[in-house]
Amino acid sequence: MSAFATLMKQREPLLALMVVVLVVLVGLRAPVFLSVDSLSNLVTDSTLLVMLALTQMLVIVTRGIDLSVAANLALSGMAAAMLGAHFPGLPLALIVLAAAVAGLLLGLVNGWLIGVLELPPIVITLGTMSVYRGMVFVLSGGAWVSAHHMPKDFIAFPLTRLLGLPHLVWIAAATVLAVWFIARNTRFGRDLYAIGNAPHCAGYIGIASGRRLLWTYGLSGLVAGLCGYLWVARYAVAYTEIAYGFEFTVIAACVIGGVSIAGGVGSVGGALLGALFLSVIGNALPVLQVSPFWQSALTGLVILVAVIINARGSKRRSRQILPLHPSTSTAATARSAA
Amino acid sequence: MNLSSLMQTPKSPTSRYTILDRETVGLKSVLTRWESLLAMLLVAVFAGGSALLPNFFDLYNLLDATQNFSEKALIALPMALLIICREIDISVAGTLALSSVAMGLAKGAGLPPALLPVAGIATGAACGLLNGVLVTRFCLPSIVVTIGTVSLFRGLASVVLGDKAFTGYPPLMSDWGQGYFWGIVPREFVVLIVFALLFAFVLHATSWGRRIYAIGNNPDAARFSGIPVDRYRLALFVLTGAMAGLSAFLLTGRIGSTRPNIATGWELDVITMVILGGVSIAGGAGSVGGVMLAVLTMGLVTYGLALANIPGIYMTITVGMLLLVTIALPRLLRGKQARK
Repeated sequence: MSAFATLMKQREPLLALMVVVLVVLVGLRAPVFLSVDSLSNLVTDSTLLVMLALTQMLVIVTRGIDLSVAANLALSGMAAAMLGAHFPGLPLALIVLAAAVAGLLLGLVNGWLIGVLELPPIVITLGTMSVYRGMVFVLSGGAWVSAHHMPKDFIAFPLTRLLGLPHLVWIAAATVLAVWFIARNTRFGRDLYAIGNAPHCAGYIGIASGRRLLWTYGLSGLVAGLCGYLWVARYAVAYTEIAYGFEFTVIAACVIGGVSIAGGVGSVGGALLGALFLSVIGNALPVLQVSPFWQSALTGLVILVAVIINARGSKRRSRQILPLHPSTSTAATARSAA
Repeated sequence: MNLSSLMQTPKSPTSRYTILDRETVGLKSVLTRWESLLAMLLVAVFAGGSALLPNFFDLYNLLDATQNFSEKALIALPMALLIICREIDISVAGTLALSSVAMGLAKGAGLPPALLPVAGIATGAACGLLNGVLVTRFCLPSIVVTIGTVSLFRGLASVVLGDKAFTGYPPLMSDWGQGYFWGIVPREFVVLIVFALLFAFVLHATSWGRRIYAIGNNPDAARFSGIPVDRYRLALFVLTGAMAGLSAFLLTGRIGSTRPNIATGWELDVITMVILGGVSIAGGAGSVGGVMLAVLTMGLVTYGLALANIPGIYMTITVGMLLLVTIALPRLLRGKQARK
């Protein structure tokens, strides 16, 4: 029991328990939710959010934020879709590579401005978000690329099954392992935590903060680019507004997963579970026949409850600067009364 | 010791430091101010537009164009105060949507038209209060709280609206949203100017304003010097919500309906206005004049692009580039600095 209690004091097991409880509760109301089909659907639906949340976690750990992921996704996705539409003979691997490289370059622009020029991340990514989103329109001329323009294998790839699981799930699993390895076992990953916890100290002990940030945002862009292709292929359509506002969902997943916006705190497990939690809510509502209009309101409520729960214990107490001296203070009041 | 002897005392420095009451104003310091750069940019855009576009320099057109940004600018004013205070409110567009819905409900319940703005502003203030309480009582970072509440507010608005829209607002609202003073100046613009003057006065000429800067520069020091920091933060969140409610009143009056997608993406436009206006995202610096210059510049660029028949999305790119260049250029010109 006490082992259980200590386990529950940590964030990730508690969150995992909440995800399971939520799934079971929904399953009790609507047993169809627990069927293999429905659950595998849930996992497939959550993959893109999981991948983006993981790299966003790395960014937030460095005290940064990347608001441009959704716009980057849209731009890389549109580039991939147009490549596929104009050159149907192009091998798929090349298209995926192109999307990932496009995303990487867009991410490196962020990284250069934030890491090398030391400009504030929220302002920079707000700016690049607008620019990237606008460039989707410029690139496509405002036109849609729909399913019949894209080659067949281009659309089929994300949901094609390998050993019983769709490619999407394999790619997401590989990303989880890669980010987990980076965050725990590489010097690069540990440096990110150091930068987030104490930027000045990180500088003093010789961490090349600028270069680390450059590649952190680059990594975020790379995954956004890859997700761009996957998104466009999965939904078989590309237009200017795809994934509009998705950056907030990604950040929300991180926040629910206990990644501290103040930097230095965050784990792969947390971000993964946060993303799963949001996906469960998204998939459960239609099953429960709740009006889809409730989804956004419930998501907001979950985010608020999660941050309040995550913040408990770390609450700042107001500080008493000078010690209270009961004897002198009563003497003072006695004197002033006299 | 009389007054004249005091006057004649030579200025022998009693302290080793010379502390001036205010900075000496030189031509260079005036010209390198952010506001001066913005003013030059504004003049350049104005001159360029007038030279290149035939109908640009037209008083009626120019005044009409102010309607496009007046509502956003009304939210940008309190947002500037919040950002100076090291806080941020992402939820303004959600607050606006919910306030607009509240006015629609109030109208449906048969409230007299004069009470509709009250309903809107009160709803906005309530939303701001929720943000403020979560930030100050639970010690949560405001960006996280407002990312949560933006979903909540917009979600509630869409739950009430469903797939319908509220229409048929009383003439009072269209009077304020679309009407003119003296037959030429849009009422929204007049409201904006009045509020801009009010905010400028409060921020730059009262002790409240000085305290907001103090909080932004160093919240701990501000608290130790007796400023009720959390009360200021709470008040600013409520103020931002209330201004979003006012903006909802004007916008709903102008477009004459409440739809679920009302004001989508405005939070980013508003924050862009504030940051382009020279308010430091790290807090403690900025001016209402700068924000208003940024608002006018962005408005003029939008107007020019619209006259030149360029799709609105190019405006997004222009504003994004403007933001990036204005932030990065001073940094690039200064060259490589030693890391602190």
